[in-house]
Amino acid sequence: MPNTASALRCKDLVKRYGETVAVAGLDLEVWRGECLGMLGPNGAGKTTTVEIFEGLRVPDSGLVEVLGEPWRGNGFALRARLGIQLQETKFSDKARVSEVVILFRSFYPRGLDVADVLALVGLEEKAGAHVRTLSGGQKQRLSLACALVGDPEVLFLDEPTTGLDPQARHQTWEIVEGLKARGRTVLLTTHYMEEAARLCDRVAVVDYGKVIALGTPRELIASLGAEHVIEFAVGEQPEGADFHGLLRALPSVEGLAHDGVHWRLTVREVHRAVPALLAALAERGAEPLHLATHHATLEDVFMNLTGRRLRDG
Amino acid sequence: MAEPIAAYRVRGPFAELTRARIRELTREPEALFWVFVFPILLTAILGLAFRSRPPEALPVAVVEGPLADARLAALAKEPDLKPNLLSEEDARQALVRGRVVLVVSSGETPVYSYDPTQPESRAARLAVDAALQHAAGRADAFAAGSAPVTEPGSRYVDFLVPGLLGMNLMGTGMWGIGFSLVVARNGNLLKRLVAAPVRKSHLLGAQLTSRLIFLIPEAGALLLFARFALGVPFRGSLFLLAAVALLGALAFSGLGLLVAARPRTIEGVSGLMNLAMVPMWIFSGIFFSTERFPATIQPFVQALPLTALNDALRGVMLQGIGLVPLLPEFAVLAVWGVVSFLLALKFFRWQ
Repeated sequence: MPNTASALRCKDLVKRYGETVAVAGLDLEVWRGECLGMLGPNGAGKTTTVEIFEGLRVPDSGLVEVLGEPWRGNGFALRARLGIQLQETKFSDKARVSEVVILFRSFYPRGLDVADVLALVGLEEKAGAHVRTLSGGQKQRLSLACALVGDPEVLFLDEPTTGLDPQARHQTWEIVEGLKARGRTVLLTTHYMEEAARLCDRVAVVDYGKVIALGTPRELIASLGAEHVIEFAVGEQPEGADFHGLLRALPSVEGLAHDGVHWRLTVREVHRAVPALLAALAERGAEPLHLATHHATLEDVFMNLTGRRLRDG
Repeated sequence: MAEPIAAYRVRGPFAELTRARIRELTREPEALFWVFVFPILLTAILGLAFRSRPPEALPVAVVEGPLADARLAALAKEPDLKPNLLSEEDARQALVRGRVVLVVSSGETPVYSYDPTQPESRAARLAVDAALQHAAGRADAFAAGSAPVTEPGSRYVDFLVPGLLGMNLMGTGMWGIGFSLVVARNGNLLKRLVAAPVRKSHLLGAQLTSRLIFLIPEAGALLLFARFALGVPFRGSLFLLAAVALLGALAFSGLGLLVAARPRTIEGVSGLMNLAMVPMWIFSGIFFSTERFPATIQPFVQALPLTALNDALRGVMLQGIGLVPLLPEFAVLAVWGVVSFLLALKFFRWQ
């Protein structure tokens, strides 16, 4: 179980960029030794929140504590205890992989051996390669190596797998799982619900600059009240409000969402809901299209809370 | 068999940052070309184009007529003149097109047609008149002697080399610092470095240090080429020359830092670089003396850092002057360096 002392804490955090409110009174606490994921769509305020924790941005108001301390001055001592991976960092093209890690190692008074870090992120074979020749996934792992080389107490991973192919994504997940096994505190942001579900002890669902739900992935899914989702569309739209009522009245249905095209029913038991649904549609003369069922996911949690999807498309 | 474990040596942050910056330069063939090869190439080409040649004979035309042969013979005796026999119409055409600089008419008393604003035409007027007067019987009052002077240091290439060195110090200083900072800012590297426990003074100090380390081969290559391939004189103290180059490099590093303080893109910084450098290319006496500009704009011309650097380099190399007469130039460079460095720190965008 994670130690309950908090590694990161913020309260009533607000950050505006001109007219835009990026963070709108966000509260969050990350315990030592846990991996907490901020899950939310692009523009939800995840990166801004992380960058405030990292000491890269100053909030307009609110309280921030990192390892029990506020950011003061240049925060030199605090920075030495944090490992940071930004969304994207372009290292010098002509530098070799080992040279980049050596450079970052030189910044930290104590830290890991460069060769060990390269092995940890699976880049030992590429130690002598120029950054220019690396794939996207390898560059991301180099960036991870730079975040780890100071042996940080808290690791920030901002969208660590965005833009990576599935294989590279899985490699990154394995590395993060290895770090979790060593008891590191990790704050990660993502808009991939599989990533949050797989890596995170707890997930904070973020939307419009606020945490709208917080819990373990299992708790969040359980909050839907049912474990299955039926998703379907109909060829010809049946008449309005009483169709909603009809769907809600079907056996074992707990929730209903409609995004204009797709209907989503949250149900306890698929084998009871589906036959009833098909019968009801046939009675109305509506033909079901794309009917599918799946186990409820964090995506469904997000949809249930906001009526929108995490990602477009 | 056990693989030998690669031991990675990690130096201090300042040393590693400096090394990283030097590697960026030495691994970039284009940067090496512009810093080392280009100035030498330019010096060689311009030195060739403006090399000292023996004075050429001035082409003049004699218009056909009864007296033409005698005049032609008289002019042919003059080594400085190259007379041609032409019809009146051809002679006029040749003068208009610049193929001859003077035309001698066919009349009994010659008339010289020439453009008095051209120094060559005026010289031809004197030489032709003297030759024809001699042929007609005029005697010289005395025979003056001639002592030709071809002193090294007065050639165009001697004037050019310090100017090109100054131009190169400006270009490398500004681009070397500005370009890499904007690339690092654009690629989030600067932000990543600031997020790490790195002192900003180390970040900027490493930029300056690598710039100064690079100065040694950069100025050395051009000066060695100038000295041994072109025979450009070094009249002053080499130590003072190094001090001038160092101060110039620092002043332009400060300017480079200032220009790169805000832009996020290469396009943005390129525009500012040109805005800063083009006036100096024109006004700072790289290719010709600043004295050609009218007195009204001289205060502006003299206040430019490249003017000060070029004047100081020429003073040390060509005239061999010492430190004291160069103090005004040193002051101009120091003010530019310090003021631009302080402004850059104030306005620097780290993310």
